[in-house]
Order: sequence, then structure tokens, then C-alpha cells
Amino acid sequence: MDLTQLIPIGVFLLLIVVLSPLLGTYIARLLGGEGADEMDWKQYLGAILTFNAVGFGFLMCLLMCQQYLPLNPDGAKGLDLALAFNIAVSFVTNTNWQSYAGETTLSQFSQMVGLGTQNFLSAATGIAVLVAVTRGLSRSTGASLGNAWRDMSRIVLGILLPLSLLFAVIFVSEGMVQSFDSARQITTVEGLQQTVPAGPAASQIAIKQLGTNGGGYFNANSAHPLENPTPLTNLLSTLALILIPGALCFTYGIMTNQRRHGLALFVTMIVLLTIGIGTSLWSENVSAAAIGETALMEGKETRIGVAESVLWSTTTTAASNGSVNAMHSSLSPAAGGVAMLNMMLGEIVFGGVGSGLYGMILFVILTVFLTGLMVGRTPEYLGKRIDAVDMRWAIVAIIAPSASMLIGSALSLTTDVGRSSMLHSGAHGVSEVLYAWASAAGNNGSAFAGLNANTTFYNIGIGIAMLIGRYAVIIPVVIIAGRMVSRIRMKESAGTFPTHSPLFVLLLIGTILIVGALTFFPVLLMGPLVEQVQLMQGGF
Amino acid sequence: MKNHLRNSFLMLSAFTLICGVAYPLLVTGIASVVAPSQRNGSMIVRNGAVVGSALIGQTWTSERYFRGRPSAVGNQPLPSGGTNRTVASKAFRKDVSVLRDSLALLNDVEGASIPSDLVMASASGIDPHISPQAARVQVARVMKARGLATSRSAEVEQAIVASTDQPLLGIFGMERVNVLRLNLAMDALRP
Repeated sequence: MDLTQLIPIGVFLLLIVVLSPLLGTYIARLLGGEGADEMDWKQYLGAILTFNAVGFGFLMCLLMCQQYLPLNPDGAKGLDLALAFNIAVSFVTNTNWQSYAGETTLSQFSQMVGLGTQNFLSAATGIAVLVAVTRGLSRSTGASLGNAWRDMSRIVLGILLPLSLLFAVIFVSEGMVQSFDSARQITTVEGLQQTVPAGPAASQIAIKQLGTNGGGYFNANSAHPLENPTPLTNLLSTLALILIPGALCFTYGIMTNQRRHGLALFVTMIVLLTIGIGTSLWSENVSAAAIGETALMEGKETRIGVAESVLWSTTTTAASNGSVNAMHSSLSPAAGGVAMLNMMLGEIVFGGVGSGLYGMILFVILTVFLTGLMVGRTPEYLGKRIDAVDMRWAIVAIIAPSASMLIGSALSLTTDVGRSSMLHSGAHGVSEVLYAWASAAGNNGSAFAGLNANTTFYNIGIGIAMLIGRYAVIIPVVIIAGRMVSRIRMKESAGTFPTHSPLFVLLLIGTILIVGALTFFPVLLMGPLVEQVQLMQGGF
Repeated sequence: MKNHLRNSFLMLSAFTLICGVAYPLLVTGIASVVAPSQRNGSMIVRNGAVVGSALIGQTWTSERYFRGRPSAVGNQPLPSGGTNRTVASKAFRKDVSVLRDSLALLNDVEGASIPSDLVMASASGIDPHISPQAARVQVARVMKARGLATSRSAEVEQAIVASTDQPLLGIFGMERVNVLRLNLAMDALRP
């Protein structure tokens, strides 16, 4: 591992550490305070779920009749029911799993008006839920969690749109396309025909990166030179993967008036991310050496190189973004395993905008519950008592996505219809299937693209996993917030377990890794770990 | 509930207009002023004819041209993509070694001097770049095919340097040679 690989990674982490508190403070100011027409948890949850359901219905209709709509210069056809269902769920749940190739399947109208809008709104949904939960934990009177409509409007207009506009203008200046022309036929220097795609890509790529969406305009996603043309767009895109999720840790600290606790959560995330990046880079280097190459360039782009490819692969799976700048199926097996583990941990290491932090809060509640049991005290979080019903909801939210990953993988690996989509057999085939379900239930959306997921079985199954991964977490976490909002805050005493100390960070990391390892270690053994051993021993 | 439905339709309509229509139109408007060439695919024109996009790799078969990276899609961008192959299989290693041997033979160089990017397929299938090392191992063969005397290798080196982009601030991204720009520069050399 040489220094030229570590410097860009180090500078990247430094930039995140500097930028996150700045943006986090701004967001706290934007969303702080109380307003008129506040909602209790039932109204807030009802508003969010209704809004998502309406968005889903609209998007599905739009995709199924895109051939009758404008801005379709390349003649994209209407989609069948299973694929339209899958795409609509995927973009409404902020997953952005894609079982299709954007440039050949969707019209510009579908991409821009349909998917583009949900890129913003699914991100706003996640942040709004987080803010509601934050209010539930920080207030101690009344029953209200804020107003969902006001929160979502402020999030879109005050955070997502201005940042996207800034990023999009830089992106297009660097060479991303942004036009409404049809794909252009050209004759190459050697006289061959080539089609150069077009479309309003830059505007969509900006929000795709910032809103932890990840759905590419083009099939190769951010490995496509028109979607990620230069080292500058690559750096900004990588920063955008975790900029808002990182900032929200600080927003949370400010809004709960527990800044050091917010910082502790940020540190926990950075530590877990850095371990993942280090492991991936190490894996790439030893694997290249093992097969006698200087670098594993299969599935990677020349302008990006190995270090920034695994920086992205680790960051995009830690954050539930899911865009890729290298093909994850061709990563060295252990680096692919890190990507999978990131998603299996529940997308809480930065995670999706909003969803990463409210997922992390569930693990914090589990951690303080466990420490409370160890010392024999009634567990409390931010001065509020945690009772058995809260714990039951927290466990539902932690287990439901994991269960859908394992059940989905098991179904795929034991049925002909599941196995027939695999590109590889053996350990890599297991990884392809496992990755797909982890990506869906983690609401990540990236893929081991060897698997042909555009079949009715996978479109429907993965669609259901995405729904569970999103709403089996949102519903419990809002219920917990609704139960806790009116509880009286207890004074800190000598017996209070501090939630900002290094010991707390260690315990939290321990809890996350133990839950993740116990659930997924056996199946990770059968996939990436076996394959890494096979590679080191000369290949299978 | 009725209230939620009404508000949902209102919000969705308003934000579809703002985020799905106004925002991309605004970006397109700004782009047409600040980046008119980039927003249309960074096309390169020679003698009045478009010969390609600076950002999309092309297929090169003639010995007179530098070759680009192997492509899973034959450099046809609809749709783009990689091979998605595992690097852990014997079959992958064999294919890499066969390609390396054939490139060594073609360029009359040692197999060990051919870098990984020239024998492994890119992620997009349309990577427009190769590493500087990948360009340099092809120099002698390209010059021979063009009948250029070895005394003119400085001019070729100059063409490579002119087609090379450096990492951002010396830190981010890789040093890389744009194959289309390099081959156009070769065509522009006097015979």
C-alpha cells in the first residue's frame, strides 16, 4: 500500500470532517424551532406514508405509459407491470436499485420528471422522519413532532435544491451531458458507427449523489465518462455521498442540545467507514499481487484508479447511496465483502440521508439498553426512560431488514428461477445473490451487476424487500419517538451512563458489529470470504 | 386522512414542477451559457466532421493507432457497462494472460511491461483513457506502422504529453492519456 493511494483517502476524510459540522449547523437552524399546525406521531406518520404512496402511484403510471408522453426522442417503450413496480418502489424508498439500463429503457421525461422528482422527495422523506424523531427525543412536553409538509418543503427548498444546483453546474462544466437532444450517431476515426448518448443527466446526477439515491442516468452509473468525467467530479461525487448524512449527526447534536453525543455518533461512523476503506484497499493490493498484476483494473476506470474506486465502493455502501464508479462484481472478493457488510449492518454508517441516523439511533437505544442491563439500572436515553415496548419496536426495526436479506437470498439460491439469473456459479454466485438482497433491504441500490435481476421473480421479490427495508424501520422509529416525546426528562446523576465518551463509542461499535456478525457471518463465509481464499490459492 | 391525500397531491404537483421540470431546465439554461460544448458530449471535430466524443472510447484496430482498453460492450455505449467478471477465477487469469501475450507479440515488447489497464476491461466499456505506460509500450509499433523514423520519437512523445491529463492538485485521480486525442495528434504529424 503506497502513499499515493492513502493521500487522496486522507484528504477526503479531512474534507468530510470539516464540512459536516458547517452544513449540520445550517440544517439545525433551518429546521429548528416550533411552528403552527404541528402534528402528533400518528398524523406525521400518516402524512409521510400517504405522500410516499401517492408518489409511488404517480411514478408507476408515468413509467407504464412513457411512450405516450413527451421528451422521448429515442422511442423508449412503456414498461411492464413488474418492472414499473420495481422502479417505482425503488425510487420512492430512496433505494434506486436498477434492474434496467437507463439509456435504453427510459425516456428523458421519465428520468427527469418521474425519477428526478423522487430523487428529491425520497431524500426529503428520510430527513423529515429523522427530524421528527429528533423532536420526539429532545422535547419533553406536548405530543407534537413537527409538521411533515413544512419539514419536507424546507428540506427540498433549503438544502437539496441549492446544493444540487451548485453541484450540477460544476458537473456540467467538467463534461457531464445536459441536453434534450436524442442520442447522436457519429462515425469514428476508423469509420465505425457509434452512438453518443444525451439527456438531462448532470441535474439528476447532482441530486442522485447528494440525496443518497444512487440511481444512474446511464447503466455504468458514475463509472460512465459522461456521468463522472474527471477527478474533480469524482471527488465532489464522493463527498456528496456522505455530506448530508455526516452533517445530520451535528444537526442532531444541536437539536437535542447534546452536541458531544452528536459528535460521538459522527466519530462512530467515521471509524467504521475508515476500517472498511482500509480493508478494501488492503484486499485490492494483496489480490493484485497474488495474481501477479500491479493493479486490479478489471471493472475500473483509468481516470479514477484503484484507491478512489474502493474509497467510493466503501463509502457508497456505508451511505445507502448505491451509485458506483467501478463494477463491484469485479472488485477483489474481500472488498466486495466489505461493501456487502456495510449494507448488512443496516445502512447506519452514515447511511441514507436521515435514514442512516435514525437507524443508528435504534442501535444507540439497543446499546444503552444493554449497558443498563449490565449495571442493573433502568435504561434511559437523553434523560428519557426506555421501556419494554420501545425496545420491542427497536428490535423489529433492526431485525426486519436483516430477515428479508437472508430469506430472499435463501429463496433465490434454492429455486431454479432464482439461480437461473446468476452469471457465476460457486462462491461468486452466492455473492451476486446475497449482494442483491442486502442492497434492496438496506435501501442501498448498488449491484453485483452480473446477476440478471430484470425478471419477474427478482423485480417483485426485491421490490418487497425494499418496502420492508424502508417502512419496517420508519414506522417503528416514529412510534418510538411518539411514545417518548411526552416523557419527562430525568436529571443527570452519577449513575447516568454518558453517551458521548470514548467508552460509549466503543460499546456502540461493538453492538453494531456483534449484531451484524451474528446475523451475517455464516453467509459471508460462503460468499466473499471463501472466494478471497480461492483467489489467494490460485483461483477456482 | 382526506387532508393528507389532498396535501400529498398538492405537494407532489408543486415539487414535480420545481424539481422535475424547473430545476433541470435551469441547469440546462446555465449550461448552455457556461459549458455549451461539454453539455453536448464534448465532441471533437476534425476537418468539419465530428470524429467522436473526447469522453467516449473508440475501437482501434489499425496498427497505425494506439489502442484503448478492452471493452465489454465493444465501445458501443448503448448500454454501457463492464464484464462483471470475478477476478478470482482461473478463467479470468487465463484470458488476461492470453491478451497480454498477443499484445506483447503485436508491440514486440516483454509481456511484463504491459500494464493491467491494457489487459483488463474498463467499468463503463467506453473508458476514453489509458495509463501513460500503456501508451509508451505501443509507441514503437505505431511509429513502425506509420513509417516514422526512430529519430522522430521526440515528436511522438510530445503528442503523448499533450494528450495526457494530470491528477487534480497532484492528489485526486490518475495520470491518463486520452486515446482519441493522441491518435488525432498522430494523424496530424507530417509523414
